[in-house]
Amino acid sequence: MKEIITGLLALATLTGGTAWATDLNGAGSTFGAPIYQKWAEQFKASHPSVQINYQSIGSGGGIRQLISGTVDFGATDMPMTNEQMSQVKNAKVLHFPTVLGADVPSYNLSGVKQQLKFSPETLAGIFLGKITRWNDGRIKAENPGVNLPSTAIMVIHRSDGSGTTFVWTDYLSKVSPEWKQRVGANTSVNWPVGLGAKGNEGVAGLIKQTPNSIGYVELIFAIQNHMGYGLVRNSAGAYVNADLASVTAAAAGAANNMPDDFRVSITNPPGKDSYPISSFTWLLVPDSIPNAAKRADLKNFLHWMLTSGQGYCAALAYAPLPKQVVAKELKLIDQIH
Amino acid sequence: MSAPASIGVTERKPDGLFLQRLKGGDPIAHAITWLAAASVLLVTVWLVAQLWMQSTPAIHAFGFGFLWSSEWDPNAEKFGALPFIYGTLVTSALALAISVPLGVGAAIFLSELAQPGLSAVLTFLVELLAAVPSVIFGLLAIFTLVPLVRDVIGPALDKTSGVFPFFAGPSYGVGVLTAGLILAVMTFPFVISISREALLAVPREQREAALALGATKWEATWDAIIPFARLGILGSIFLSLARALGETMAVTMVIGNDPKITPSLLAPGYTIASVIANEFTEATSNLHLASLILLGLVLFLITIIINAGARLLILATTRQGSAT
Repeated sequence: MKEIITGLLALATLTGGTAWATDLNGAGSTFGAPIYQKWAEQFKASHPSVQINYQSIGSGGGIRQLISGTVDFGATDMPMTNEQMSQVKNAKVLHFPTVLGADVPSYNLSGVKQQLKFSPETLAGIFLGKITRWNDGRIKAENPGVNLPSTAIMVIHRSDGSGTTFVWTDYLSKVSPEWKQRVGANTSVNWPVGLGAKGNEGVAGLIKQTPNSIGYVELIFAIQNHMGYGLVRNSAGAYVNADLASVTAAAAGAANNMPDDFRVSITNPPGKDSYPISSFTWLLVPDSIPNAAKRADLKNFLHWMLTSGQGYCAALAYAPLPKQVVAKELKLIDQIH
Repeated sequence: MSAPASIGVTERKPDGLFLQRLKGGDPIAHAITWLAAASVLLVTVWLVAQLWMQSTPAIHAFGFGFLWSSEWDPNAEKFGALPFIYGTLVTSALALAISVPLGVGAAIFLSELAQPGLSAVLTFLVELLAAVPSVIFGLLAIFTLVPLVRDVIGPALDKTSGVFPFFAGPSYGVGVLTAGLILAVMTFPFVISISREALLAVPREQREAALALGATKWEATWDAIIPFARLGILGSIFLSLARALGETMAVTMVIGNDPKITPSLLAPGYTIASVIANEFTEATSNLHLASLILLGLVLFLITIIINAGARLLILATTRQGSAT
């Protein structure tokens, strides 16, 4: 009996001892999940009283949970629409860009050793099903000296809804009026041609399995799996290799015309070093948080994430935010009340 | 058996409590098992109600047109189920067309003809196959079936397309045929396992009588054993069909995920379960989400219709069986 009482007392002290700790719950984007989980762990190391729980359930799920009020913050790869924002009760949703991602065109062409170069028009033509052979004049013109086969191009795209698809289709919508009108930008679209595969790993696997195929994968996935990919011509006319520097440069290039709410696509930005198929991923935070402890902790976390937290990006192959964007976001934190 | 039991009770007669307990036990057991049975009904009703409620926006927007519209465009918010219904039915039919003859044949061999030792080893393997998770079958399909269909089976079938138009066209490796083949592999163990049980449950006398009448071993199997086990074999087919209709992971990995209706089996397709798994997490618009849930309801209805059809078929064949 005595043991039970001591046990209960110990339990009471334990729970009493952690009563002042706060839990911040977030959910959403799978693309951002590795860095969010890393941040949660690192932030707890320096702020032991704050436990951040992040569930990677997909951007759509993150937005829905934020609307229904079951999480403290959401995360998405595609900014919320006005209609979705109006469904959040008693608060305006703030979008905080956290890191950058990019899509790269990857292909399987035996006998081609060089990195192929793609113009926006060629990529749109291939994915619209208008350029159907590898030795099409438009591809040849950009890749002089490359021995391109006369075989049919097999297009491979994501079958699952994903931020990667949103970035890719958003880019094609910007560079091709026909794409914008026929297909548009979304996490899932009605593809004119091609085969669908699930996840980055599915697309990569199918590209590897299918001779003469082309598809798009997330840059981090391509880097971590040592996949080859093509160069893409940016708005300044330069063919750019996607890497962390050229992706950060894209955000810097777009920073000048960035709206105050950060709900902006940065595909096809200005700047000669910018990789054109780049994108933000965002945390979604309500501007009004009634619980004072949660509000303070979340503001602290956002500040930490934009400053010290950015240092963890490169190790996980995420491109960090450019300075201009960070400076602007730090001001946005003050709007949370 | 009944005589010793009644003696047991009479011996215990002085103990009134025991008798009371014995009498009271029945209603309690009845109530408990009734509750267990009622939960089946409860879950089914709850499932349908939830699917119906969550898909209301799509039902309002598309009505019955949802069933025969073949457009699926999340951007234009136009959703139709036809390509998915088509893909689901075609892949499942293809799977059963392969797995049923193979499975029933294997079951007959294992239960009737094989030596006991061989039968035990093969039965163990079949049960092992039935327990393999579907994602493993998906991987197997990607690494072996896809290249095989792309380079060997596809081109060979394409040559026959003059006779069979549904084999026309280029072969990408992924597509309806590959999905059907992997589903055949996945349903095959179910057909064998359950058919074998059904065949083994046939009374010895049935076989002995046929043999006594001068039938050969095969004649006894074909004319006396199989008709007797017919219900169990049919049951194995319908259970396999249910698995094929609802299979998600392995199919998604190899079907090509393209919501178009093409007559060629070599072309990519899409199934209901696959599109739900693919698009559910990132469906941001309400109508998109509701349409996916409505697809779930459609799949549920397809399963009900097929199951009801199966009952009728069984009913019809049993009546026929007892008449002859």
